[in-house]
Amino acid sequence: MLIAAQNLSVRHGELPVLSDVTLAVSKGEIVTIVGPNGSGKSTLIRALIGLAPASAGSIERKAGLRIGYVPQRLRVEAGLPLTVRRFLSLPRRVSDIDAEQALARTGAAGLGPRQLLALSGGQFQRVLLARALLSRPDILILDEPTQGLDQPGIAAFYRLLEDLRRETGVAVLLVSHDLNVVMRASDRVICLNGHVCCEGAPEAVSAAPAYRALFGFDQDGVLALYRHHHDHDHDHDHDHGEDGHGHHHHHAHDHDNGRGDRTETRGAEQADV
Amino acid sequence: MFDEFLLRALLAGVGLTVAAGPLGSFVVWRRMAYFGDATSHAAILGVALAFAFHLPLYLGILAVALSVALTVASLSGRGHQADTLLGVMAHSALALGLVAVSFLPSVRVDLSAYLFGDILTVGWGDVIWVWVGSALVLGLLLWRWDGLVTATVNEELAQASGVDPGRERLALTLALGLTVALSIKIVGALLIAAMLIIPPAAARAFAATPERMALLATLGGAVAVVAGLGASLRFDTPAGPSVVVAAFGLFLLSALRRSRP
Repeated sequence: MLIAAQNLSVRHGELPVLSDVTLAVSKGEIVTIVGPNGSGKSTLIRALIGLAPASAGSIERKAGLRIGYVPQRLRVEAGLPLTVRRFLSLPRRVSDIDAEQALARTGAAGLGPRQLLALSGGQFQRVLLARALLSRPDILILDEPTQGLDQPGIAAFYRLLEDLRRETGVAVLLVSHDLNVVMRASDRVICLNGHVCCEGAPEAVSAAPAYRALFGFDQDGVLALYRHHHDHDHDHDHDHGEDGHGHHHHHAHDHDNGRGDRTETRGAEQADV
Repeated sequence: MFDEFLLRALLAGVGLTVAAGPLGSFVVWRRMAYFGDATSHAAILGVALAFAFHLPLYLGILAVALSVALTVASLSGRGHQADTLLGVMAHSALALGLVAVSFLPSVRVDLSAYLFGDILTVGWGDVIWVWVGSALVLGLLLWRWDGLVTATVNEELAQASGVDPGRERLALTLALGLTVALSIKIVGALLIAAMLIIPPAAARAFAATPERMALLATLGGAVAVVAGLGASLRFDTPAGPSVVVAAFGLFLLSALRRSRP
């Protein structure tokens, strides 16, 4: 076991964001956390890293665990001049050779002298991953690493993760809401919606009723309205699933890290327990 | 022409920029400008307390500046509306200080010296105090430099790399309190924040890395001190504000360069 949560609960003020979450990641595993927007995915990551205090339960990390973390988004302040090369040496200096190798490994060769602020979204993700690799991590923790990548980009990114795991034995814990690719590339999927709805091998999870309800598959196994899958809550699915999902449109753009629609999460939680 | 008072003023001003350049860069990177205001305005309250309780002046300023900085830092981390809270603290601290000074019997305090600084009257003791304090601030920043920069880029990233962002915040808060206490005689409580922010803002256009920006901010600040003092002597203008105006001139020049890439 590298990192584990035992009956973890986290609150934002009064609101419960995570309740009674238990999970563990072992050496060399690729584990994906899926869940709708507002399901507490990012909060879980923050708790595992030690940034969100647990209101109950505990986090265990293997002694001396090295975490390579890639945040969901990183907004660099415009007033802060920072080259890619300098960024790779934060907080520990790395040699030029190591830096160039890490960049080459993630497909970002030659970006060293560029300013972070001048990178495209895809380049930025690669640089973040290169920096995470430089700490020779036991586990990579990636929060929505494929945001802003197109389908081939996403597939290539997962291939890269698998290669890294094979070469270095690094474990990977990642958060995603790309359902299709994620499922195939993971050893284990944890479906989260404030609590762990279901967990297991990708095939088992994609067949689980809790997962299908959460992501709005209809009886035939077709994703009912794929691009709105963030918005579904269990109440609506069960009570009047036929009348369409258009009444949730106002949430559809809200791809935020879970602060926007907590009530929805709670509703779903009650329906599911 | 090169009198001793002028030498002392130059030494004190340049000594201040040794700390203000790097620290001010962090203030810019972390958007702490208002935080600097709150802390420096509180210095007036420190002046009042020092006179009321017959404490050494710098001790009073240091104590109040540090307590305000720590209070604000801890409050703004707890979901208070940071901007509003800082605004409340900055102006209330200044007003409280002014009211407190007016209560002091018998002591006739020349407030303008503390509001706008009086660099031409600094003694050798002040010069030593500024250099020792600046060296302390610079030492603190250099000691924690990589961690500070990492936490400034992103706190989650820092935490995952084993850097405690809270501790780095505390280091900056302490450095800020100390710097405020150093600079009160040089530019005064109202303009300390200017010396923290303007030189780094001017340096931004010429820097590719954080280290370069901090270094250029120090150099720019030193140029502003020399130019401002020179102008103050020649045109008989108040010294502290003249230094700030000179820094502003540098900022305008850098803005020209930035608009023509």
